[in-house]
Amino acid sequence: MSENLFGQHISKQFNAELEDIRNRVLTMGGLVEQQVLDAVKALTEGDLPLAEKVIERDHEVNAMEVAIDEECTQVLARRQPAASDLRLVVAVIKTITDLERIGDQAEKVARMGAHLTKIQRPDNQYIEIQHLGELVHRILHNALDVFARMESSAALEVTREDARIDREYEATMRQLVTFMMEDPRTIKRSLDIMWAARALERIGDHAKNICEYVIYFVEGKDVRHTELVTRRD
Amino acid sequence: MNATPTHGFSMEALGRNAPGEAAAPPACLEVKNLNLYYGDTQALENIELAIPRRQVTAFIGPSGCGKSTLLRCFNRMNDLVDGVRLQGRILIDGEDIYHPDVNVVDLRRRVGMVFQKPNPFPKTIYENVAYGLRLQGIKKRHILDETVEKALRRAALWDEVKDRLHENALGMSGGQQQRLVIARAIAVEPEVLLLDEPASALDPISTLKIEELIFELKERYTIIIVTHNMQQAARVSDYTAFLFMGRLIEYDKTNTIFTNPAQKQTEDYITGRYG
Repeated sequence: MSENLFGQHISKQFNAELEDIRNRVLTMGGLVEQQVLDAVKALTEGDLPLAEKVIERDHEVNAMEVAIDEECTQVLARRQPAASDLRLVVAVIKTITDLERIGDQAEKVARMGAHLTKIQRPDNQYIEIQHLGELVHRILHNALDVFARMESSAALEVTREDARIDREYEATMRQLVTFMMEDPRTIKRSLDIMWAARALERIGDHAKNICEYVIYFVEGKDVRHTELVTRRD
Repeated sequence: MNATPTHGFSMEALGRNAPGEAAAPPACLEVKNLNLYYGDTQALENIELAIPRRQVTAFIGPSGCGKSTLLRCFNRMNDLVDGVRLQGRILIDGEDIYHPDVNVVDLRRRVGMVFQKPNPFPKTIYENVAYGLRLQGIKKRHILDETVEKALRRAALWDEVKDRLHENALGMSGGQQQRLVIARAIAVEPEVLLLDEPASALDPISTLKIEELIFELKERYTIIIVTHNMQQAARVSDYTAFLFMGRLIEYDKTNTIFTNPAQKQTEDYITGRYG
């Protein structure tokens, strides 16, 4: 795949540098995806040790962002990349920012999960978070997949999944507000769930951003804030 | 990786122009179906090009692709090469420069040229710049003085040489000599400046000074630059033409060529996938 993606530069060293950057982003993506899965599981199953593990591991995510950023800066300085090489480096710099933010949001979900272990579990076993978490994990997984394959049409399709997440999030918020109105004793728990839902909704936005960067790399067009990606089905 | 759509959504939805389509300012120089032969060897093939007025256009491409050959067509320097044969037309402000009635000497005044190796005459700095003016019959001292000063100022050289105008030009540094050659060219009020790798023999600082000068000169002159240095083309030019084996492969705004070229060959060349 990488040979098709980068072609073959005359400078093998340059090829290797781009390859390394790409692989590091995929590694970071894999870690972040696992963080999201673990954070949702920690919350829905009341798993405190798992929540603490997610919180601790966010430092790894942050360190990856810094390292990849530095590598990209070196490439810009030394290679003065042009055309698709330049777009790749720019897309990577933007992608790792979004991945790091996803990591932060996953940590937030884990923190809410840790809080919630101290409160009585609701009858529905946090099904709303479980459901939202599945949607978010799917968009994130798909976004990382299109990044790995650098396919712009698939990227466009994935951006449209975010609309469903937004609808699900709004429905969850309405439901939680109803719970709080019906029984004020649920306010503390509901607020924590709301924060977790909000964090998951933000992860969906970041995954959509990553798809937009893939389209930019492949097509050379910036589709952010255009009808192509904001249109709701 | 480039523009051919192989997927579901349309390129039109992305608002992408057709390759090479760019809203350019009015053309100063037009090349129409140009073919050039050195004996039996075809060096340029079906070149169609419109050079915009008072902009910088860069010609890039691998060695032997025809960049300098094309450049030399614009002031008919190729006429001096034995066995050269040209078909097609080159128009400057609508007039065919290869028409039999064209005064080639005046053409070379209107279309000045600067070469890779600085070539000041073995004369004083003043006389280098005044030479072309004297050829035109200008004799009055004050006119020569004013014109020489104006040209040296426009070439960003006046402050360095104003106190030694009557010293030999060969005593200047390479960068200064090149700026003197540019002053010599612009003293006779050309319309077009042809720069054939003007900085490739110079140190990095002198190179940057020449590039800065090009940026200032384009206020007044249409500039075409041939360069092997792609980063230089990216820095100084508004439009870039990529040539390969005598053909024009792509011609577009420099920003487009260096961020999202339409042709794979162009992409391969500027990203170093082709040497």
